Amino acid sequence: MALNYDGVIEKYEPTLGLEVHVELNTNTKMFCGCATAFGAEPNTQTCPVCLGLPGSLPVVNEVAIESAIRIGLALNCSIAPFSRFARKNYFYPDMPKDFQISQYDEPICVDGFLDVEIDTDEGVKTFRVDIERVHMEEDTGKSLHVGGSTGRIHGAEYSLLDYNRAGIPLMEIVTKMIPGTEKYAPQVARAYVTELRDILRSLGVSDVKMEQGSLRCDANVSLSPRGSGKLGTRSETKNVNSLRSVERAIHGEMIRQGNLLENGERIIQETRHFLEESGETRPGRSKETAEDYRYFQEPDLVPVAPDATWIEEIRASLPERPSVRRKRLQVDWAVPDKEMTAMINAELLDTVEATVKLGADPTKARTWWLGEISRVANEKEVEATSLMTPAQVAEIILLVASGELTDKLARAVVEGVIAGEGSPRDVIEKRGLKVVSDDSALMAAIEAAIATQPDTAQRVRDGNIPAAGALIGAVMKATGGAADAARVRELLLQHLGQ
Amino acid sequence: MAAISRDEVAHLARLARIEMSSDELDHLASELDQILHAVDRVQEAAKDDVPPTSHPLPLKNVTRPDVVVPSLTPQDALSGAPASDEQRFKVPQILGDAE
Amino acid sequence: MSFIYKTAAEMASALANKDVSAVDLANEHFARIESVDGDVHAFLHLDKEGALAQAKSVDEKRAAGEKLGPLAGVPLALKDVMAQKGIPTTCGSKILEGWRPPYDATVVTRLKDAGIVILGKTNMDEFAMGSSTENSAYGPTHNPWDLTRIPGGSGGGSSASLAAFEAPLAIGTDTGGSIRQPAAVTGTVGVKPTYGAVSRYGLVAFSSSLDQAGPCARTVLDAALLHEVIAGHDARDSSSINAPVPAVVAAAKKLDVKGMKIGVIKELGGEGFQKGVSERFNEALEELVKAGADIVEVSCPNFEYALAAYYLIAPSEASSNLARFDSMRYGLRVGDDGSRGAEEVMSLTRQAGFGKEVKRRIILGTYALSSGYYDAYYGSAQRVRTLIMRDYEAAFAKADVLVSPTAPTTAFKIGEKADDPVAMYLNDIATIPVNMAGIGGMSLPCGLAPEDGLPVGFQIMSPAMKDDLMYQVGGTLEAALNAKWGSTLISQAPALGAK
Repeated sequence: MALNYDGVIEKYEPTLGLEVHVELNTNTKMFCGCATAFGAEPNTQTCPVCLGLPGSLPVVNEVAIESAIRIGLALNCSIAPFSRFARKNYFYPDMPKDFQISQYDEPICVDGFLDVEIDTDEGVKTFRVDIERVHMEEDTGKSLHVGGSTGRIHGAEYSLLDYNRAGIPLMEIVTKMIPGTEKYAPQVARAYVTELRDILRSLGVSDVKMEQGSLRCDANVSLSPRGSGKLGTRSETKNVNSLRSVERAIHGEMIRQGNLLENGERIIQETRHFLEESGETRPGRSKETAEDYRYFQEPDLVPVAPDATWIEEIRASLPERPSVRRKRLQVDWAVPDKEMTAMINAELLDTVEATVKLGADPTKARTWWLGEISRVANEKEVEATSLMTPAQVAEIILLVASGELTDKLARAVVEGVIAGEGSPRDVIEKRGLKVVSDDSALMAAIEAAIATQPDTAQRVRDGNIPAAGALIGAVMKATGGAADAARVRELLLQHLGQ
Repeated sequence: MAAISRDEVAHLARLARIEMSSDELDHLASELDQILHAVDRVQEAAKDDVPPTSHPLPLKNVTRPDVVVPSLTPQDALSGAPASDEQRFKVPQILGDAE
Repeated sequence: MSFIYKTAAEMASALANKDVSAVDLANEHFARIESVDGDVHAFLHLDKEGALAQAKSVDEKRAAGEKLGPLAGVPLALKDVMAQKGIPTTCGSKILEGWRPPYDATVVTRLKDAGIVILGKTNMDEFAMGSSTENSAYGPTHNPWDLTRIPGGSGGGSSASLAAFEAPLAIGTDTGGSIRQPAAVTGTVGVKPTYGAVSRYGLVAFSSSLDQAGPCARTVLDAALLHEVIAGHDARDSSSINAPVPAVVAAAKKLDVKGMKIGVIKELGGEGFQKGVSERFNEALEELVKAGADIVEVSCPNFEYALAAYYLIAPSEASSNLARFDSMRYGLRVGDDGSRGAEEVMSLTRQAGFGKEVKRRIILGTYALSSGYYDAYYGSAQRVRTLIMRDYEAAFAKADVLVSPTAPTTAFKIGEKADDPVAMYLNDIATIPVNMAGIGGMSLPCGLAPEDGLPVGFQIMSPAMKDDLMYQVGGTLEAALNAKWGSTLISQAPALGAK
């Protein structure tokens, strides 16, 4: 009988290894001045260097070096006083020079770690993920496969290459082997990639969009029989393009390997691909000959030897760790766990913080962003942050706080801003959304309400105070929500002798 | 060292993506053997206490500012392409996976 | 009267004095090329249209009184290893047949900016791998001194174009002697500047840590004039020296070596060197002594390993540099019949597109870099490189410049060594150490070998970034020898063609 996940864990211990590739968000490529915009027309961001034309030469992007150091420091790495680029030689059509400029035995950052927290059966537990190295390299072009079994013309298979992505700075962040995660291996992997993504985002060095490929994860996993003390053969799963997939891929791979071992079969050291639909992995196409990358120092580039003072300046400028910041904000804003998670998952923490920094009440800010604005964003299938700015939301919250708007009016202002009617002030003006604070206008509405509901008015006069609600409601309705309900109640009760 | 076999030469030719004929492999194996005998001498000269030199100039930290410069036009970029389609380089079907 | 036999400096002053127009000068050279290049085969491609447009523009600027560079309007032959926008650039290889780069090499940009008129692209050993220009996929170039002989290599087209008076100036590139050895065997002047002095951007790489472009000419002064046009820092080349270019023109004009110490490298002479080569070399030394220099003997014991180390380092880097010729983005594509995958088409193309020597070196380099052999071969070769640099350091502590014959022999017959790669490699024995250390090296003619009447080259080496020293010594020696002979050596070159 096939083993399920629990069955696998009972008999085997997993060891993880994670390689994350992250594209930097520099203006230009790693070794040339071509732009790096995502989604540009094919081959419009290429030059002799990133096309690997004969005679062209690479020159290192200084911001990429700085970003690499920032990443290394944020991951508690040592920054190498002397590091070099190397050529990784292998033929592939999407790699213009048929070698990749990378780093080999002299990477820029080594020996770091990242702590991640996991909800376990025994409560929240911290796992330390040791980081072996962070190194700099260049991305490849993109190929589009045309024809073949899915194409119209049988046999007319070919590929189309776009080199816009070729040469975009890529950082490879490699963990050491991660033992001891036990049944939490999939969660640890996900938490690590999540934390890494958050750190990279806080550093401002990458867009970290997994769906656009600016953050890509390869997950290694192996199993060893409990108590054997022997490390199993690992597989490397590529094409893991979301946080959820990281978790699912490791989960699926552990089950696959566990069952193979259970049936006395051997695990092959190979590259596998994650299949989003099934959560399983399939083997990659094996190569005819074993690769031999023939690394050697890139003779067209000179060593990188960052100045110690510069490294310390960068260290001093590092932002607060995202996990630390989250804890601080949760306490400062008194946010319940569930809402905090919602805010993080919706990626609105920065936005809410920006709104709060402009003077808005944290609870109100969170409610607006996660509530009304997110609701409209979902309907329109856009990002909440594309609808309104923190400044606009803060302004509205402050107007409510000062009594110039009611909650109901505020919703109308939000609606107007989203509809493109201008700033909150513009919308208030154009739509005439001022709170009615003129007592005589209110009195006219109150008298009108009494006239239409004489019986209710009488009951209030007789001391049935709760009955006033119906009259207040009528007044609010008549003023289109522009009245201050508390003031209406006060005036009404006074008028009816209460 | 030296003494290079025909199989080794065939393996190297595959690594270097050169589809060599059988005759060529035979011929090259014997030539390489000769050459390798001649170059083997580097090992007697090179003691471990001598640091390697990969580059004649002691330069370091040569970088450029992260400022966009104009790219080639796609027409120029594709001007040398043996085949192109949809503003892309058209190449024979790519088998096997990328790294 | 014809201007083609003049030096570049003389042409420049004739242009400045408006004794001749740049257009006429270019046309005269094209006429000469037409008349002799059928025999010499120095050129792979002529760019009449571009050259005449440039010449016309220089003439117009001169007429308008605009300030022009010292060589504006002077023609030049460009080694086909330099990318020139819109002009075929083959590196002597079938694999690049028909490729027209969409960009200019930095050297080309500087030539154009200086108003120099680029006549065309010159023949070379495929990807600069060779010492005879026999490895060109487009047929060999013939030595103007004796058409049955090689013009040196890899830059045989450039050196032959000078000796045949098809151009007064040429650009070469030197990885192990490809500027200096062709200069030696054609009785011309060739200079490999300090590594990093001239930008490599646009120079199709053979061995990146050794390659260096430099000037080729018929006189030391002409080489210096061209040197100052092409040298200087380039932000596109990470290994470019960011320092002022030494004043090589002034140095070439000094004509004074009094008190200078000239070091003769013991290991680069004697056994293995042709008798007439050694004789002419020693006579040239005497001229330097007469001019007031002190001769000292220096020893560079590790030079005996230089050739071996070179034939590991250069092929290793080449195996990687030449990987890009895979038929995907430019150049030749073979076997793409719709049924084959990219990988197979790559292999078929590289098999069909590369010549024998290139394949030999790619395989050798692939071997030297492969796992298990790296330390023994590439690693050891890099250590030898350190030893060679130390030898030079010690030698330069005793002498201002170092000298040797440029090549062990005069020009050999075409086909003579084609089947013996190791014998062919020995040609570079005296030039290779210079590249390994990244220092400057010059070859200038020091006479004809009595036994065969062919030119002998005299090599001067100067410490890194002190290229002016070799120009100073070279200029002085050239003047002394011309005075002794009563004429220049090149004026004795065969006339060629119909006169």
